[in-house]
Amino acid sequence: MYPIISKEQLNPTVARMVIHAPLVARKAQVGQFIILRAGERSKRMPFTVSDVDRELGTVAIIYQVVGAGTMELDQLQAGQSLHDFVGPLGTPSELEGLKKVCIVGGGVGCAIAYPAAKALHRMGATVHSIIGFRSWDLVILEEQFRQVSDRLRVMTDDGSHGEKGLVTNALQEWLEAGERYDQVITIGPLAMMKFVAATTRPFGVKTVVSMNSIMVDGTGMCGGCRVTVDGQTRFACVDGPDFDGHLINFDEAIARSRMYLPFEQHAREDACRLFQKEIR
Amino acid sequence: MMAQPKRVPLPARNPQERARDFQEVATGYDAAMAREEAARCLQCKYRPCVDGCPVGIDIPGFIGCIAQGDDEGAWNILSRDTALPAVCGRVCPQESQCEQRCVRGIKGEPVGIGNLERYAADYFQSGACPVPQQIPWNGRRAAVVGAGPSGLTCAGELARLGWRVTIFEALHEPGGVLTYGIPEFRLPKAIVRREVENLTALGVDVRCNIVIGKTLTVDELFEDGYEAVYIASGAGLPRFMGIPGEGLNGVLSANEYLTRINLMKAYEPGAATPIFKGQRVAVVGGGNVAMDAARSARRMGAESVTIVYRRGLEEMPARREEVHHAQEEGVIFRTLSAPVAILGENGWVKGLRCIEMALGEPDASGRRRPIEQPGSEFELDIDTLIIAIGTDPNPMLTRTTPGLDTNSRGCIRADGQGQTTRPYVWAGGDAVTGAATVILAMGAGKEAARAMDRACRGEPSEEG
Ligand SMILES: Cc1cc2nc3c(=O)[nH]c(=O)nc-3n(C[C@H](O)[C@H](O)[C@H](O)COP(=O)(O)OP(=O)(O)OC[C@H]3O[C@@H](n4cnc5c(N)ncnc54)[C@H](O)[C@@H]3O)c2cc1C
Ligand SMILES: Cc1cc2nc3c(=O)[nH]c(=O)nc-3n(C[C@H](O)[C@H](O)[C@H](O)COP(=O)(O)OP(=O)(O)OC[C@H]3O[C@@H](n4cnc5c(N)ncnc54)[C@H](O)[C@@H]3O)c2cc1C
Ligand code: SF4
Ligand code: SF4
Ligand code: FES
Repeated sequence: MYPIISKEQLNPTVARMVIHAPLVARKAQVGQFIILRAGERSKRMPFTVSDVDRELGTVAIIYQVVGAGTMELDQLQAGQSLHDFVGPLGTPSELEGLKKVCIVGGGVGCAIAYPAAKALHRMGATVHSIIGFRSWDLVILEEQFRQVSDRLRVMTDDGSHGEKGLVTNALQEWLEAGERYDQVITIGPLAMMKFVAATTRPFGVKTVVSMNSIMVDGTGMCGGCRVTVDGQTRFACVDGPDFDGHLINFDEAIARSRMYLPFEQHAREDACRLFQKEIR
Repeated sequence: MMAQPKRVPLPARNPQERARDFQEVATGYDAAMAREEAARCLQCKYRPCVDGCPVGIDIPGFIGCIAQGDDEGAWNILSRDTALPAVCGRVCPQESQCEQRCVRGIKGEPVGIGNLERYAADYFQSGACPVPQQIPWNGRRAAVVGAGPSGLTCAGELARLGWRVTIFEALHEPGGVLTYGIPEFRLPKAIVRREVENLTALGVDVRCNIVIGKTLTVDELFEDGYEAVYIASGAGLPRFMGIPGEGLNGVLSANEYLTRINLMKAYEPGAATPIFKGQRVAVVGGGNVAMDAARSARRMGAESVTIVYRRGLEEMPARREEVHHAQEEGVIFRTLSAPVAILGENGWVKGLRCIEMALGEPDASGRRRPIEQPGSEFELDIDTLIIAIGTDPNPMLTRTTPGLDTNSRGCIRADGQGQTTRPYVWAGGDAVTGAATVILAMGAGKEAARAMDRACRGEPSEEG
């Protein structure tokens, strides 16, 4: 059992949970993830390691409630425990040697991107960040990003906070203004990463995306997480989750993320009834 | 009494009924059937059957006990050579091992060795035999990587030699393929749990959710005071075919399909893990994995399930019993057919284009090589394609462990006793051989345990 040390709500659907898991805390690096099961009969769900405290032996994750599984997780409070917690899985992000980077995050993807921004800032790199949300009430980690970014733009779809527009608008402007990055790192919904990759392609900027494929084991055993990279089949859980965004077959990945949609909708409705919650 | 040419058939549930649930198909011999079948054994002096068993079980010995009504004696003989008789009796490919050599098979049917082994083991499972006792500690510690049959056997053997053993398992439940791969209707999970409980009773510590190579490295295991390490990480990496359309929705590896069903219990109503319930399913492959996937699909409610295999029925590597059971359950066999492309519509599978094959000369494996027949292409109307064409060793550990040599297929190099290229590291089971069988994985675990014990006590190796 893995005790939950603390839980903090970041916006109505996103929370940060700190879990006692000393072995994972000792090893986890930026870009890696864990797989947890809330209870004895729960499904396995992957979450990026948001932060670790090696001394206290704790691991922080930031999760968004999107369906039945995350809703069940969200029922647990500090003082209770997760049934299973395994990691760190996946290959760490390759940040070594980067001097100037643009981080582009969307929604809860900002939480996944933040550790890279922080690590790069600590390494002395110039960090430009663009974070995007649907509206003001969903904004997370703005202050944290500000502290580690040399330039920051906050975008909302409806203009209710920061600037109105898409993250790609901001990125396009910076690239057109002549900003040259060693790398663009983008994490968010698949469609957003696809457009970020399309935006950087004409500028020839290497663009790294983090693929949140549907996973089961996370150990390279099921192949469910496979993505097509440069025509080759790769497993997001062991070869990734970071890949070169210009080589990913996004349309296939987007279609694959919908494989279990009918099941998920059904499970979500059941969970909403069970936990008397609403999901937006 | 003149012995019967035919064996006592293993009772099985009615195919129409069982193809709709996940309860065990074969119900096993009762005591009268077991005595009758055991009486067919000729108690051969030269014991050819024993040579066919990879772990050399004293087959006439345990069968003789059953014939005399001494089930406990039978169990005691079995447990000298196998840690998992209830498993092997159910899943060993007996027809190509012990039973293939049985002299009763020359005229008539061989003795039902597997069925009798299962009978004797279930006698123990029913609680009639005592739980093993912990042996006094000899001061040595070993780490075992992977809680599949090979790791479990090695741990049990070491524990019986007085070692303190910790098994590290990546998944949240022990058992390896016995837990995530082989379905409940063929191997009830209660049996696997029971075997693990017996190990715990022997003092073995089973720690799940730890990936060696990620959570802890092999070097750290040595730093933590383990004197010897046994790697039994299996061969879980699924192969794909590399034909167009593999990225379509509805295409999945047998491992994914079976893991969702077995490990994650997706067949239970209200399970949290989704499962894709196809109506027209094709399964590519002819091994046990393909049979398990096809029969599971049937049970998940598919209208039609078709096995597509490029050689003939005789060449299928699956156990005979599984092929037979699959046929009874209405699985369609398209042998001498190979997929060439997966057809899709809006991102979903809608068909499988195949080509017919003919068998040519035997290849390196001794099986006749399939040759494409030009112009024989045909299409199957399907919405789900399950790929069961084999697996390779899992690279997660070998990639992060210096000094551990692998061959071109990613199998860990080890000698006959499991010694790897790294001192004090042994390996065995599918991680060394590539996908093989439960009994071979167990045999390797046992052999390595003895070698580990000898090496750490400073005794010379037994080989040579
Ligand atoms: C490597 C990796 C890192 C991730 N990190 C985070 C993170 O830090 N914070 C966070 O909020 N989410 C993260 N996710 C996504 C998170 O795992 C899913 O949101 C969660 O599993 C959804 O479960 P559910 O039952 O609540 O929703 P569901 O109803 O199952 O799904 C809702 C949607 O989420 C997607 N999804 C479903 N299951 C998975 C799965 N196993 N993996 C990925 N996506 C899935 C599907 O496209 C689906 O349409 C990550 C995913 C991956 C693969
Ligand atoms: C569906 C299916 C049906 C089969 N049917 C039969 C049959 O009828 N008869 C038969 O004889 N054989 C059958 N087999 C083959 C048989 O199951 C295997 O040969 C056998 O399980 C191999 O045992 P093992 O202990 O070497 O590996 P596995 O059973 O694969 O166990 C390896 C374990 O190691 C764990 N692991 C891997 N990497 C790590 C790591 N880095 N750290 C920690 N843990 C790790 C895995 O999670 C797994 O639990 C079947 C296989 C499958 C997939
Ligand atoms: S372990 Fe397998 S091969 Fe050996 S006797 Fe039993 S069924 Fe036959
Ligand atoms: S070969 Fe057959 S008949 Fe002879 S001892 Fe073995 S099981 Fe009995
Ligand atoms: S999640 Fe199963 S192989 Fe990646």
